[in-house]
Amino acid sequence: MIKRILLLSLVIFSWQAEAQQRYFAEKAAISFFSDGVVEDISARNEKVTSIFDVINGEVAYLLSIKDFQFPNKLMQVHFNEKYMESEKIPKASFQGKITGLNVAAGGTQQVKATGKLSIHGVVKNVEVPGTIEVNGTRLILKSKFMVKLLDYNIKVPQIVYQNIAQEIEVTVDFTYRPL
Amino acid sequence: MILPIGPYKLKVMKKTLLLFLFSPFLTFAQEDLLGELEKDTKKETEYTFATFKGTRLGNGHTIETKNAGSLEFIFQHRFGAINGGAYEMFGLDQAYVRLGLDYGITDRLSVSIGRNSFDKTMDGYLKYKVLRQSTGVKTFPFSMTFLGGLAYKLSPKDNADVSPEFENVDRLSYTAQFLIARKFTTNFSFQIMPTYIHKNIVETYEENDQVALGLGGRLKVTKSLALTGEYYINFSAPDNDTLTDDQKRYNSLTFGIDIETGGHVFQLLLTNAIGLTERAYITETGDNFFDGDIHLGFNVTRTFQLKKNK
Repeated sequence: MIKRILLLSLVIFSWQAEAQQRYFAEKAAISFFSDGVVEDISARNEKVTSIFDVINGEVAYLLSIKDFQFPNKLMQVHFNEKYMESEKIPKASFQGKITGLNVAAGGTQQVKATGKLSIHGVVKNVEVPGTIEVNGTRLILKSKFMVKLLDYNIKVPQIVYQNIAQEIEVTVDFTYRPL
Repeated sequence: MILPIGPYKLKVMKKTLLLFLFSPFLTFAQEDLLGELEKDTKKETEYTFATFKGTRLGNGHTIETKNAGSLEFIFQHRFGAINGGAYEMFGLDQAYVRLGLDYGITDRLSVSIGRNSFDKTMDGYLKYKVLRQSTGVKTFPFSMTFLGGLAYKLSPKDNADVSPEFENVDRLSYTAQFLIARKFTTNFSFQIMPTYIHKNIVETYEENDQVALGLGGRLKVTKSLALTGEYYINFSAPDNDTLTDDQKRYNSLTFGIDIETGGHVFQLLLTNAIGLTERAYITETGDNFFDGDIHLGFNVTRTFQLKKNK
């Protein structure tokens, strides 16, 4: 009997251990900013989903292009219709690994993410720096990096009056909690 | 035949079962996290956007309204007939102008006011997106916008110039229109426009209540350039055979090119209509496109975002 209880508890424990290595983003926002001569362009997407596996460092996030909210709605239409072609390519994503995190050490730590960034249907290998703050059971991931529009085959017509920068700054802000 | 399952075989099965139960400890192969996120994505209703570039197709409206808090300034020009010859500089010597403002009260409700030099007309519109084309959770095949319009002719200046009985109220005309459109592909949209127009006073050979049907579409050639067409059939038009040349009425036909540059939309048009209210271009177009009475025109819009969206 004791043997059986031991066995059962071991089984339950083993499944629990599996669950605890996964972190899910409860708040996840990706925003971007571009300096324009006439107007700055900025947008924010708060409907990003992400999973982070602390044990092996695997991380992924996924977002819908149409969920980027612009202060200027006409820009939002142009962004979807002309530049990102979101009817054809609705999603952008990242899949890779985060290295340099030691949860037990706590505090804010410098980390590095390497993996595949997919924007506008083009997949590129990237390496981006960031920080992870261990806050109780939560992990707060922050990162800032530049994206070249041409790398992802995003073409800006020459007649566009706003001088859209060829490089935009992307900010990632995720708060993970254990699943 | 009875299969021999000895005690040894049972032991093996037990071990396999145990191995399965402890499998979380033993998985080394990683599952695809991105695949999991994709699986978890909730299906949403996606409303079709940018069925047309602007709020106008040619002379008439499209299903598009202005977004909440955005103001559009529209500047419309219709030159004289191209077949006026070199003396009239192929129509460029004369022009009728409409200046207007369109404002989005909500993302679905717009108001506009304007002034057209043709017949010195003041106009006002209310435009409401009743139905929106969508895919996803809720699928709907087309968009429909209701347009209500009012136009007031300030010409002629004195009522007495028309007749002793002519009153100010006779200067009014009303329009009710359903704009029904479907964006078939990213590049092709088609619109039909059942239209009702009431004019408070008409010529003896005309009807006060007129019914028309508009057909139109746009074909995108590049991301910023599109070809458009618009045709209004007036079912209540008088019979041209019984009328003098000055009284004849024709259906309005318009071909255009839309060029979009950031906050501007330029529409270059060839049309046989010169007035820019429904009364004028649907029921009172006196020029025949196929006789070469074609006018060059343009609509230029500039959108200003007055209120920032959060």
